Amino acid sequence: MSLIPASAEQNASATASFTPPPGRSLWRDAFSRLAHNRAAVASAAILALIVLAAIIVPWISPYNYYTPQWAQLDMPPNLHSGHIFGTDDLGRDLLVRVMWGCRVSLMIGIVASIVSVVIGVFWGATAGYLGGTVDSIMMRVVDILYSVPFIPFVIVLVVIFGRNLFLIFVAIGAVSWLDIARIVRGQTLSLRSREFIEAARASGVRGTGIVVRHLIPNLLGIVVIYATLTVPSVILFEAFLSFLGLGVQAPMTSLGVLVSDGASELQSYPFLLLIPAVFLALIVYCLNFLGDGLSDALDPKER
Amino acid sequence: MTRSTRKNADMAETPLLEARKLRVEFTTRGRVVHAVSDVDMDLAPGEVLAIVGESGSGKSQMLLAMLGLTAQNARVTGSVRFEGKELVGAPESLLNQVRGNRIGFVFQDPMTSLNPYLSIGLQLTEPLRVHKNMGKAAATAQAVEMLKAVHMSEPEQRMHQFPHQLSGGMRQRVAIAMALMCSPKILIADEPTTALDVTVQAQVLSLLREIRERFGTAVILVTHDLGVVAELADRVNVMYAGRNVEKGTAEDIFYRCRHPYTEALQRSVPQLSQDRLVRLVAIEGNPPDPSALPPGCAYAPRCFYRLENCDQSVPPLEPVSGAHAKACIYEGKLKYQGETPA
Repeated sequence: MSLIPASAEQNASATASFTPPPGRSLWRDAFSRLAHNRAAVASAAILALIVLAAIIVPWISPYNYYTPQWAQLDMPPNLHSGHIFGTDDLGRDLLVRVMWGCRVSLMIGIVASIVSVVIGVFWGATAGYLGGTVDSIMMRVVDILYSVPFIPFVIVLVVIFGRNLFLIFVAIGAVSWLDIARIVRGQTLSLRSREFIEAARASGVRGTGIVVRHLIPNLLGIVVIYATLTVPSVILFEAFLSFLGLGVQAPMTSLGVLVSDGASELQSYPFLLLIPAVFLALIVYCLNFLGDGLSDALDPKER
Repeated sequence: MTRSTRKNADMAETPLLEARKLRVEFTTRGRVVHAVSDVDMDLAPGEVLAIVGESGSGKSQMLLAMLGLTAQNARVTGSVRFEGKELVGAPESLLNQVRGNRIGFVFQDPMTSLNPYLSIGLQLTEPLRVHKNMGKAAATAQAVEMLKAVHMSEPEQRMHQFPHQLSGGMRQRVAIAMALMCSPKILIADEPTTALDVTVQAQVLSLLREIRERFGTAVILVTHDLGVVAELADRVNVMYAGRNVEKGTAEDIFYRCRHPYTEALQRSVPQLSQDRLVRLVAIEGNPPDPSALPPGCAYAPRCFYRLENCDQSVPPLEPVSGAHAKACIYEGKLKYQGETPA
């Protein structure tokens, strides 16, 4: 019983005239799919506009976010007065304050998300890859941290260390990496048994090499999606903390602080609530749409 | 046939890889699964050894155990010596020097054995950078050479491509090239053709043969396809339920087999010359549960030649003639012996 010995040379010469297409990584594929998703592209454009405005407006505006102007308290939005969004109860320009709020909220959202993603990915990937007892111990730590009630935890932190921006990063980062660690660990467990990981082990790649070169690139898809969905939830978290008075310290502001201030004057000056609320909602919506778009684009079933 | 002459010359040399009483056991939920029991194996330089057996007969686990790649709940005992170095229980650092460097491994399914997120070039150069501390340019040049050696068209462009852009056969070529990057002494191919279609199988087999001729690499070929064995192997080990039941040269196994299981395996291969009305012979029953092996011969319950004493104790592997050995107490002639041409 002999199989037809197809000559490999023959095969090679037959295909010699054919030029293979240049490499298209999964990332580039995903990017082109994302570019065809209208909601995601629109969201990205709106976000870019908000970020740009948040950077430029406070810089070129004649007003700043902290100096009160006693002659111009609670002025409604008006193009001619120079206060496009009006002024707040201390006569400060609302446009500048909202843009500062966007800066602070986005910064908290992004920095806290990066912190939680980095910790979560390394924790989860290590636990999942090593498995066994190490995995059990690491995941029990996560369980314990999960059971710490968040609000009392923040109150204790504020009482001990006082209120500052850094503390909010720490508090939010400390809580939100837990989800990522769990997701990444689960993903790693399923990746670990895949053949290419075994192939890497069989070609003598050491543990760290496998985690850095083989596991993490395969985890990035899910992590990117989760990170874009973490940013809005962190922003909302911060807004919630600020609403309770545990967040950013006055006169510095954030979208959460602005909403909270505006809510107290809702009946007389509704625009003080409406304008920052619209920006907060826009940012959160856009990030969610973008995360959705990314998760569609990176879903292997879509290929 | 050149096979037997090559084989005789090789037998004089010291074995490159030598396994003695290799055992692999798994403990799951209190039960002990005997995946591999007391297997001896020798591999001479430049020789092709085929390991044949049905699914679950411990072929793959035996090879993984040699490189310390078994799952965490496995217990490996016995001895595996590679170039005189003991591998069983060896520290991870020694094993990492052997893996990929001295012994290359090709996995069954090229669809899953390449990392989908890394370019072909990056995956091919990884063994060189890990083992030889080679710079990027030199490693890339060598990878392109290796792609040429496995008859990949347009090797330079392939380096920038990703696994999903290649066909199954091309991926298996890449996987073979990857295993050969550090010019290993041994290439272990774990069912390298099972996931491929028949014409591509033939190409991969001729590639393996060519590699042996060109680089002098010894090949351990795991398969359940007797056609593949006939094409390529110098010597054959037949495994059943984790034990080596018969071993010998390819001629011994195909023309003079002495174990009923080997005979049954050969009879269950469909023949093109066979009358279409003749029913294909299947081996009755199922392989035994490896966590509850019978005290005697594991094949006895399915055996056509079964004797009274078969249940008493596990038959040892005893020499028949030369390198040919079988683990069976039946001494009579096998009924269909020689009827199936290989």
